[in-house]
Amino acid sequence: MIKVKLKLLLASLLLLLLTATAAPAQDVEVIKFADLKALREQPADTLYVVNFWATWCRPCIKELPYFEGANQKYKNQPVKVILVSMDAVEDLDSRVKTSVQKRGLQSEVLLLDEVDGNSWIDKIEPKWSGAIPATMVFNNKRGLYEFREAEMTEEELTELIEKYK
Amino acid sequence: MKKQKLPLVYLMCLLFVCALLSAVPADNGYQVGDTARDFKLKNVDGNMVSMADYKDAKGFIVTFTCNTCPYSVAYEDRIIDLHNKYAPKGYPVIAINPNDVTVSPKDSYSYMQQRAKEKNFPFAYLQDESQEITKAYGATRTPHLYVVQKQPDGKYKVAYIGTIDDNSRDASKVEKKYAEAALNELAAGKAVSQPNTKAIGCTIKWREV
Repeated sequence: MIKVKLKLLLASLLLLLLTATAAPAQDVEVIKFADLKALREQPADTLYVVNFWATWCRPCIKELPYFEGANQKYKNQPVKVILVSMDAVEDLDSRVKTSVQKRGLQSEVLLLDEVDGNSWIDKIEPKWSGAIPATMVFNNKRGLYEFREAEMTEEELTELIEKYK
Repeated sequence: MKKQKLPLVYLMCLLFVCALLSAVPADNGYQVGDTARDFKLKNVDGNMVSMADYKDAKGFIVTFTCNTCPYSVAYEDRIIDLHNKYAPKGYPVIAINPNDVTVSPKDSYSYMQQRAKEKNFPFAYLQDESQEITKAYGATRTPHLYVVQKQPDGKYKVAYIGTIDDNSRDASKVEKKYAEAALNELAAGKAVSQPNTKAIGCTIKWREV
């Protein structure tokens, strides 16, 4: 009897865990430039797809579903989609988290808390003027890297990932 | 043998010229030190405006900005302040809206007029309808500043490209006024010590072809 109860409990726990991981959107971690740099230097044999966006950036919002789609599509492959928000940290709860919830984003979402773009943009990509959306893909283990300062179509994003994955 | 070599030389010359030509179109626009072209664009008051119209100006704060970008809006008051502070010193602001109205309808001429009126812009606010000037300058985001200095030969030399300051979110927390530092140096006849700065901004809304 106890065993059955235990099994039931385990099963329900498992179910809870499963639904809990599947349904809610990602939390948003606030990072500083040093963290972004560490991410850029990740030595893993993984293709990182890092998209710079903001809730106030219309073309960025338009692109988000493509990145979400890629996150889903390459789930079982060494491809990692990370969405780095350029929103103000003051807007974390009121705008960024609500936006992530509303869109049910499953990709990892970070918020870069740096006010002075001039202090860090060149350090991550000298070619970047600071306009968003911008996207970088890299696999440091294989020495692969490409940067785009432009809005992408779904096809362009797929092409970019397929080129390096 | 010599005859065979000649076409190769021609080919190499041709390749060189091609490389030069492909490098020339203002892919990246102006760099500091380049000569900026003048323009003739429609102001919100209906008149066409060129840099050449400002006879007494020593230079200009050419500011690519718009109605719709939250960063541009956050900087509106600071652009007005820049103009009020530096126009008397010979460096007025000329604001240029680079956005295509089909992509960004709220950047239309009438919306520009409305915004200029609401904010009582003391400077010209021009529409770059063909986006030709924006491309020539190489502006990529809003706001994007080009400080140009009039030379003795009448040309406009680019002296500063970049952002206004180090805090778009909060004017009261600004520590580094990049554009003002450049303008102060220029006004004092000095070289600009930090002629290039960057900031996060909205991408320019290019016409879809």
